Amino acid sequence: MLPAEKGWRYRYSRAGCRESIQWGPMPDLEVRNLCFRDRGPYSFHIAGGECVGLRGASGTGKSLLLRAMVDLDQRTGTMRLGAIQADEVAAPLWRRMVGLLPAESYWWLESVGEHFADFSKVKEDVLVALGFDRSVGNWHVSRLSTGEKQRLAIIRLLANQPRCLLLDEPTASLDQCSVSQVEELLIRYCRDNEVPMLWVSHDPAQLGRVCHRRFLMENKGLLVGAGVLQNGC
Amino acid sequence: MDVKPLSPTDLALAASLLLLLGLLSWRLRLGLGRQIFIAAARTTVQLLLIGHVLRLLFAHVHPGPLLLLAMIMLLVAGREVMVRQQRFLRGIHGWLIGTGAMFVSSFSVTLLALLVIIGNTPWYEPRYSIPILGMLLGNTMTGVALAMDRMTEALWQQRQVIEQRLILGQTATQAVAEIRRQAIRSGMMPIINAMATAGLVSLPGMMTGQILGGSNPLDAVQYQILIMFLICAGTGFGTLVAIRWLERQLFDHRHRLRLENLTSRERPTSEAGR
Repeated sequence: MLPAEKGWRYRYSRAGCRESIQWGPMPDLEVRNLCFRDRGPYSFHIAGGECVGLRGASGTGKSLLLRAMVDLDQRTGTMRLGAIQADEVAAPLWRRMVGLLPAESYWWLESVGEHFADFSKVKEDVLVALGFDRSVGNWHVSRLSTGEKQRLAIIRLLANQPRCLLLDEPTASLDQCSVSQVEELLIRYCRDNEVPMLWVSHDPAQLGRVCHRRFLMENKGLLVGAGVLQNGC
Repeated sequence: MDVKPLSPTDLALAASLLLLLGLLSWRLRLGLGRQIFIAAARTTVQLLLIGHVLRLLFAHVHPGPLLLLAMIMLLVAGREVMVRQQRFLRGIHGWLIGTGAMFVSSFSVTLLALLVIIGNTPWYEPRYSIPILGMLLGNTMTGVALAMDRMTEALWQQRQVIEQRLILGQTATQAVAEIRRQAIRSGMMPIINAMATAGLVSLPGMMTGQILGGSNPLDAVQYQILIMFLICAGTGFGTLVAIRWLERQLFDHRHRLRLENLTSRERPTSEAGR
């Protein structure tokens, strides 16, 4: 683990961004007093291997919460994954550990494989689980459908081997068959690797299938479980 | 050989061409008439002014007034860099980056040329120092402004892609690598093109001026080669400094894209709508 006393200059440096982490079993995710863009404070805890659903009306800040959790927006409060505090490690490293799947994925190079650090290391069973084979690495990005992009974005995310998953409507653009494939793959990843998972969805039936607990986000704050108000505002 | 002096009538004849162009612009609704008029007026006033200033400086050689003139040129160039960008940094940094980058590049390259290459006594001989600094500042200004405009515009338009790359764990430097490269290329392209076509397609202004002034064409060519090299080095260094500086201002220590540090201005609307 990176020592906090090395300061942000070290964490901004190349060495700080490449630091490797020694993981204990079942890292849990703890968020304390997280505030961003005049929202919050939000506090919650997700155990390793637990899937928590997050729902709420559009505009209540679900996606902003996920952005703040990967440090894309300015925020206050603390976040801990296992024994690691977000502020103690370089932001790129934190983002690789806390994998975020945004609602829309972006691709900037010509072929699919170029978007992976090493496409040959992508596990065969992950590709097959979402209906692809290894040749997908050579596919041209401009010819991908919306659904293919979304499924490949999930594969790209898992290739980083994140120790936590934040999923922003991961199946919004998929057909029913693909929805089942994605749900099965993500649940298996969460269970096998004992990682905490936060799943944003507007579909109560889906949250019922995949989640152990549910949060409800409202303009007033975050309602946890059966309506216990966890935070102020 | 003496230079044939131009009379006001000669200049008025040349100006009539611009008037014709302005009329065409108005007729074709190109929206350029007002800009041509203002640019022509500025050229006339500014060059007449600098002509008188240079006459005074040449007559009384002293480093103080020279330094003052150089600083004024630098500050104006810094402002020009800022106003040529569609999106620029808020606050003092918007002006400071362009000015700082040109100070680092133009001034150091000019000093090198005056002290090491030309080696006059005194080294700040205004007949050499002012034209060289002026040419370097003018060209560096174009390069830095182009590169910074390209960088801020690309960052704005590709912000989702950059954030996607950050989400995947790339550093800020990795996430903007292509944009940075394209911006620096944009800044360097005018001088690279000018060097590639010099003598074949175009006769550079300084060389032409020297030849018109009666210099030996070979001497003029040698000076032009020197100036081209200096401009290329100055533009390259200035662009690199400006882009790196800009990048550090648009990302914070947590590798977050901070586009709220940019502010934009409306592009000039065409006169067709008047």
